[in-house]
Amino acid sequence: MIWNTDFEVLPRAELDALEGERLGRLVDTLYRRVPFYRRKMEEKCVKPQDIQGIRDITKLPFTTKDEMREIYPYGLLAVPLPEIVEIHTSSGTTGTPVVDAYTRGDIEIWAEVMARTLAAGGTTRHDIVQNAYGYGLFTGGLGVHYGARLIGATVIPISGGNTKRQLAILRDFKSTVLTCTPSYSLFLAEAAREEGFDLRRVNLKAGFFGAEPWSESMRQEIEDKLSTLAIDIYGLTEIIGPGVATECEQQDGLHIQEDHFFPEIIDPATGAVLPDGEKGELVITTLTKEGTPVLRYRTRDITYLDRSPCPCGRGTARMHRVLGRTDDMLIIRGVNVFPSQIEEVILQVDGVEPHYQLVVDRRDQLDELEVQVEMNESMFSDEIKGLEKMERKIESDLYATLNIHTKVKLVEPKSIARSEGKAKRIIDKRTI
Amino acid sequence: MSVKQISIFLENKKGRLAEVTHLLAAEKINIRALSLADTADFGVLRIIVNDPDACLAVLKANSIVAQVTEVIAVEIEDKPGGLARALAVLDAAGLNVEYMYAYVEKKKDNAIVICKIDDRERALDVLSDEGVATLNAQALKAL
Repeated sequence: MIWNTDFEVLPRAELDALEGERLGRLVDTLYRRVPFYRRKMEEKCVKPQDIQGIRDITKLPFTTKDEMREIYPYGLLAVPLPEIVEIHTSSGTTGTPVVDAYTRGDIEIWAEVMARTLAAGGTTRHDIVQNAYGYGLFTGGLGVHYGARLIGATVIPISGGNTKRQLAILRDFKSTVLTCTPSYSLFLAEAAREEGFDLRRVNLKAGFFGAEPWSESMRQEIEDKLSTLAIDIYGLTEIIGPGVATECEQQDGLHIQEDHFFPEIIDPATGAVLPDGEKGELVITTLTKEGTPVLRYRTRDITYLDRSPCPCGRGTARMHRVLGRTDDMLIIRGVNVFPSQIEEVILQVDGVEPHYQLVVDRRDQLDELEVQVEMNESMFSDEIKGLEKMERKIESDLYATLNIHTKVKLVEPKSIARSEGKAKRIIDKRTI
Repeated sequence: MSVKQISIFLENKKGRLAEVTHLLAAEKINIRALSLADTADFGVLRIIVNDPDACLAVLKANSIVAQVTEVIAVEIEDKPGGLARALAVLDAAGLNVEYMYAYVEKKKDNAIVICKIDDRERALDVLSDEGVATLNAQALKAL
């Protein structure tokens, strides 16, 4: 279902014109009101009048996460503080958090793009949305909340964690929409099975999963175990939170809400803009945000763009599901490896569930990658040679995809720590 | 005439076997025969117990991967050539023994070996044709 038929279906030429106009206004504001951006533009010798259309965006400077940290907490503000009605920050697990300050208008935009997101997976005012994203400084909880409210759906603001209660609410309130991280949805399915309760019977109609990378095979698994449409959603605190992009029911790429967030793909090494279809780092400019607008933010997410028409009728560019992170990328013996590639391979082996962990170590100056995969009943065979064959099969499949040798180790169920938020997949023991 | 064996997946780490056998002991499950096959990373523990259903339930409740495997209990003469004779019967029929291990029994003159054979039904047939006795679960329990 298309929520906003004025903007989501705009033909390309009109979209370009609108984006150009919005970019011009944004640059003008930033130049006048944000010293950080004025300085950056002066360094690049670019003035607001140089921006005559969306294609001039390449003249503008990039913004990196490190820069956003340096001007913590209020360095990005483009309005006086009293205009700000809400503040969120990133978790700060990797350093100083990044701040997103919203004006009343920003909250309206956020609700709008989240309504588009939820509607794209079929959510209507008749739905009961069990929102298991964390409420608080994290943008997931409130982002979904505002969008669902705008649609007029019933929101259950249960927040993250508390698995027993999640299951009780799913069962008793008959939630029709679930929002949480993809790994937590499988954790819920597993916990339900232990209680002798099959999540397939809940009649969930759609789940909106994001905040961590996942794969097509994991989608199959979620759709099977929860008997629901699993929609991939994308967003980040630096831009607005969830709502930047979402899949439609075609599940073939995530529509970027381009009239608000302009996407580019660049070569992470050179900064050069890449053509559609080529993989690189996603860069986003917030065209309409008032509180803390961002120019050409380097997301560090790897994907590619597709501007061909989607059968759903939307005219917006689609990004492929995130393939990995420029900073998550493991370099094993000089080869770039993304955890998502490994997940894709192991989940194709019969019976394997997405409970795995990657342990990287260096022995005799050589990187070693151990892929630990949890055993389960459908994989088990009581003959050692059958189990060893499975390990070798996964190793050779991984080699075919990654071109590096790995060591696959079958481990007991539940020996890999479960997470109620983002799954921790990588243990890097290398000391370099 | 086959017998239920419980096969258990165990990681090869210190104390794991002790933990699992302790779990079974706490539920009064008696292990009558066992074999452990292992690699550097993991092992498969195969056991014959007095109550296979209860055993499986305990293991599952503790999130241990286990399954029932149907095996054959072959009774052989407890003297030189006893085992060789039974194996010759299977070999002549082109049947392959995946693995085997001895069963501990107290009140019989004969010895018992537990065998895993892919084509179990045919193995039972040829053994019986050649006069090699096999025991069912009841008979084993009665020992």
